Amino acid sequence: YVFTTFIKLSEFTKSKKTLSKPGVRNVVLVEGVRTPFLQAGTTYADLMAHDLARGALQGLLNRTAFPKEAVDYIVYGTVIQEVKTSNVAREAALGAGFSDKTPAHTVTMACISSNQAMTTAVGLVASGQCDAVVAGGVEFMSDVPIRHSRKMRKMMLSLNRARTLGARLSLLGSLRLSHLVPELPAVSEFSTAEMMGHSADRLAAAFGISRLDQDEFALRSHVLAKKAQDEGLLTDIVDFKVPGKDIVSKDNGIRPSTMEQMSKLKPAFIKPHGTVTAANSSYLTDGASAVLIMSEEKALAMGYKPKAYLSPTYAIPKVLERSGLTLADIDAFEFHEAFAGQVLANLTAMESDWFAQNCMGRKAKVGAPPMEKFNLWGGSLSLGHPFAATGCRLVTMVAHRLKKEGGQYGLVAACAAGGQGHAMLVEACPQ
Amino acid sequence: HVNTLTRQLQDDMMEVLNEVWGNSAVKSAVIISTKPGCFIAGANIDMIKVCKSAEEVSKLSKEGQMMFEKIEKSPIPFVAAVNGTCMGGGLEFAIACHYRVATKSKKTVMALPEVMLGLLPGAGGTQRMPKMLGLPTAFDVMLTGRSIRADKAKKMGLVHHVIDPLGPGVKDPEERLIEYLEEVAVGVAKGLAKKTVTVEKKKGLMQKVQDAVLGIPLVRNQVYKTVTQKVMKQTKGLYPAPLSIIEAVQAGVEKGPAEGYHVEAVNFGKLAMTPESRALIGLYQGQVACKKNNFGKPEREVKSLAVLGAGLMGAGIAQVTVDKGVATILKDTTTEGLARGHDQVYKGLNDKAKKKSITTFERDMTLSFLKGQLDYSGFEKVDMVIEAVFEDLSIKHKVLKEVEAVIPPHCIFASNTSALPIREIAAASKRPEKVIGMHYFSPVDKMQLLEIITTDKTSKDTTASAVAVGLKQGKVIIVVGDGPGFYTTRCLAPTLVEGIRILQEGVGPKKLDSLTTGFGFPVGVSTLIDEVGVDVAAHVAEDLGKAFGSRFGGGNVDVLKTMIQKGFKGRKSGKGCYVYSAKKKDKQVNSGTEEILKAFKLTAPPAVSGDEDVQYRLVSRFVNEAALCLQEGILADPVQGDIGAVFGLGFPPCLGGPFRFLDSFGADKLVQKMKRYEDAYGNQFTPCQLLLDYAKDPSKKFHK
Repeated sequence: YVFTTFIKLSEFTKSKKTLSKPGVRNVVLVEGVRTPFLQAGTTYADLMAHDLARGALQGLLNRTAFPKEAVDYIVYGTVIQEVKTSNVAREAALGAGFSDKTPAHTVTMACISSNQAMTTAVGLVASGQCDAVVAGGVEFMSDVPIRHSRKMRKMMLSLNRARTLGARLSLLGSLRLSHLVPELPAVSEFSTAEMMGHSADRLAAAFGISRLDQDEFALRSHVLAKKAQDEGLLTDIVDFKVPGKDIVSKDNGIRPSTMEQMSKLKPAFIKPHGTVTAANSSYLTDGASAVLIMSEEKALAMGYKPKAYLSPTYAIPKVLERSGLTLADIDAFEFHEAFAGQVLANLTAMESDWFAQNCMGRKAKVGAPPMEKFNLWGGSLSLGHPFAATGCRLVTMVAHRLKKEGGQYGLVAACAAGGQGHAMLVEACPQ
Repeated sequence: HVNTLTRQLQDDMMEVLNEVWGNSAVKSAVIISTKPGCFIAGANIDMIKVCKSAEEVSKLSKEGQMMFEKIEKSPIPFVAAVNGTCMGGGLEFAIACHYRVATKSKKTVMALPEVMLGLLPGAGGTQRMPKMLGLPTAFDVMLTGRSIRADKAKKMGLVHHVIDPLGPGVKDPEERLIEYLEEVAVGVAKGLAKKTVTVEKKKGLMQKVQDAVLGIPLVRNQVYKTVTQKVMKQTKGLYPAPLSIIEAVQAGVEKGPAEGYHVEAVNFGKLAMTPESRALIGLYQGQVACKKNNFGKPEREVKSLAVLGAGLMGAGIAQVTVDKGVATILKDTTTEGLARGHDQVYKGLNDKAKKKSITTFERDMTLSFLKGQLDYSGFEKVDMVIEAVFEDLSIKHKVLKEVEAVIPPHCIFASNTSALPIREIAAASKRPEKVIGMHYFSPVDKMQLLEIITTDKTSKDTTASAVAVGLKQGKVIIVVGDGPGFYTTRCLAPTLVEGIRILQEGVGPKKLDSLTTGFGFPVGVSTLIDEVGVDVAAHVAEDLGKAFGSRFGGGNVDVLKTMIQKGFKGRKSGKGCYVYSAKKKDKQVNSGTEEILKAFKLTAPPAVSGDEDVQYRLVSRFVNEAALCLQEGILADPVQGDIGAVFGLGFPPCLGGPFRFLDSFGADKLVQKMKRYEDAYGNQFTPCQLLLDYAKDPSKKFHK
């Protein structure tokens, strides 16, 4: 559920002004890049997470020609952690040739991990602790840690401590077949024991979102993404050379289908009456993203043309209240599309007085964004959704859209497992 | 706001069904309830209670059978869409349909609880269940009457399809869930009509093997035999319903449906006329009555509570409180005591998680409501304090004074004591109107009863608050007047003392146990002494002996005291009447106790020492004391007396409680027996005035 993110949208007052506040440093997005997003198990299959992260970080440096030593801090998101690189931010940064004097930490917040990385970066810059921070995220679903069972692990650890041969043999003697059953990474949330897709299906049902609506929305996403790809609008992509293989330069999950073909698919989670299918869900994706976030003055001083202002907090109600905007002031919306059903349920919630009154403590509905401003270059359904890399993709994309479309304000929103949400207001910098 | 099967509903239903069948455009149908939380709760009990004869009840059963048969044999398929309670006749209705969809809402519970009312599923249940679930599972469901949640029902093959409950959307979640259930069920119904959905369930290998094995008549005979033996062992033959169920199932499986349905209807009629069924229905209705707050809505809801003493009782009270999300402080005087208490709460919750009735996450969240501590910090904010410290008046006084120094003015002080009069505890209080007794039974998380004791100074709002807390903890509540032993302990004490005399007279502990369980008590008297604790039993016997004099005499309390001296304190010390060891299941009589009993040997008067007399000596002292409590106004009414005796002390449920027993057995007959015992032993068996009044006029009944 991502509703928290929309809470006070309609409380804006209608007065166009910039997001900048006196006495607070303007925080800007200088550049944003990402590796191509590939379906898990395809060209990236033999890599590791930090390889992709390195690719995004290096790509960012290449594109901006930013001096490595001028980066004050690196914050990087990841969801499914590779045990060997638990602080993947640091491993990737060192591997990408960043200074070992630049501290790096990893953040995890499910699908909004890189949103949180950016928020942290914005905070570091706004508070004056840093001038230039790199934020980003990586997800690598082609390989995930699969553990030995707890029983097996316990035995192996005891084996380590066993002093004599006899003790070791007796431990080995306790080995049973059940010890060998591995533990797969949790696909369901720990607190609710529910899988995301299952939850999305229930969400769609709760809001009465039909299968047809979901398929149509997914098709829209793929068609728009294909168009954006063909027109060369996805300029945030940096090429990635896979050792021993080709140079990858395009997302490979965009596949506009037909309504007829999509309607043939069986539900993926709730069988047989569910509405969420493989075609109207985002797919398992490998990918990494990175953005350079700076104070406006420093960026200008270093000769950069910043792309967009980022609001200095991730709590959208506060941002919007302070900024005094209305929904109508927003020129470009970029919402995360985990599932078509989830996006449509959120849009329905924003249009519902009942929901506003009973679940948000508001007097009336928020109102939903108009579709002609909504996810016009495709979304996670079509471009792919490497969990922790999506946030930066959204922000960079909205910045690029504002530039292309000549808009002033953009709104980014995303949902995450655990009932959390994230939103960010983005304002185009003067050209 | 529940659906029950009544004549009216039956007629209305037939009308709609005929309409459906009369319209050729209707290709399939869905049965769904628009009432939140309830599909059909079962047949209306009053419909059965007003019947005067077995034939009349059999006719009811036959009507139900016919209606469901029409559905089963319907030319178009029926889908039952179940959300909420689906019990008894409701479940029989659902299984007569061709397909079942159920929501996994916590309120969705399926059961055939008729056996608990001394009845059988009389609308085809005994015939359809074995076909649907196989003999062993069907017997389990019908003989235990246990509740089955939707996901379990799916696994058992009782429902075809389950759907998850929904979160908030653009309207009330349950309203939307019922809509959604309807959408899904209609989809299934259309599929059935178009033959894209099939009714048949895929059978697993185990199921196939079981079916094949149960296809052999010899094997089935063995199943009937084993089940009957099990029932006899558990019920001692005191409950006719389980045997009737087996008979109806067997008739259907072995002799065909005509005979099966016939036996089901006839047995249903017979059972409805049995005193056992009357007793069990009385208990059910009494239980419903004791789950209401008759003292009004308390001025303030108890949102935080403190328990003093982290012993067995204190920790148990804390557990049932945090279980309902109430912030609870558990205070003890030592870290060891606190750790043990905390572990007890954790274990209680963890056991639930292991049984999958809650998730480990819910366990952790529940446990977060518990705060263990050694001091009185935070007591300035609690709404109620329940003390469960050692049963000693001076300690209770000390604790009361300490607590009153720190709690806010509105805070209620409740004492969990099994025998100390509340007015004596309240004597030390500055605000006796806020003092009340809350007598829990051990183990607190398992025993349903809570006995609330009010003094003449306890305010009505304090009582209302205590009842509200008890109800939240899931208890069945009786509210009784103050006095030594209140109601329950007062009935228990003379029974235990009589038990000791019987032991002194040379009846061994095992024999005494089998005599009591043979009468219908779930636990024999010797075992009960061990479970309660020999020290506690001695304490109670002595205290109440002082309060009530020779009427509470009989057995020699020194028997118990000598046992305590030797360390035989009951189960908790490993030795009491029996020797307890973790390894052996079959417990042995403690030879040390046998020696003590020999030393205190009494001669049994032959005229009143036969097996039956021994049983009635125990029961009559129990029942006479219960009647005295009603006579003296300790008890407000016989219903609470019956509920307290059955749910707190294990009075035989088939007898329905002491007052129901007097009604069915006859007060006059009991008085006659008591007079004989009185001649042999004296005033312990003198019937009270109320008993004599009822004996004189047989038309007088405690229950109408």
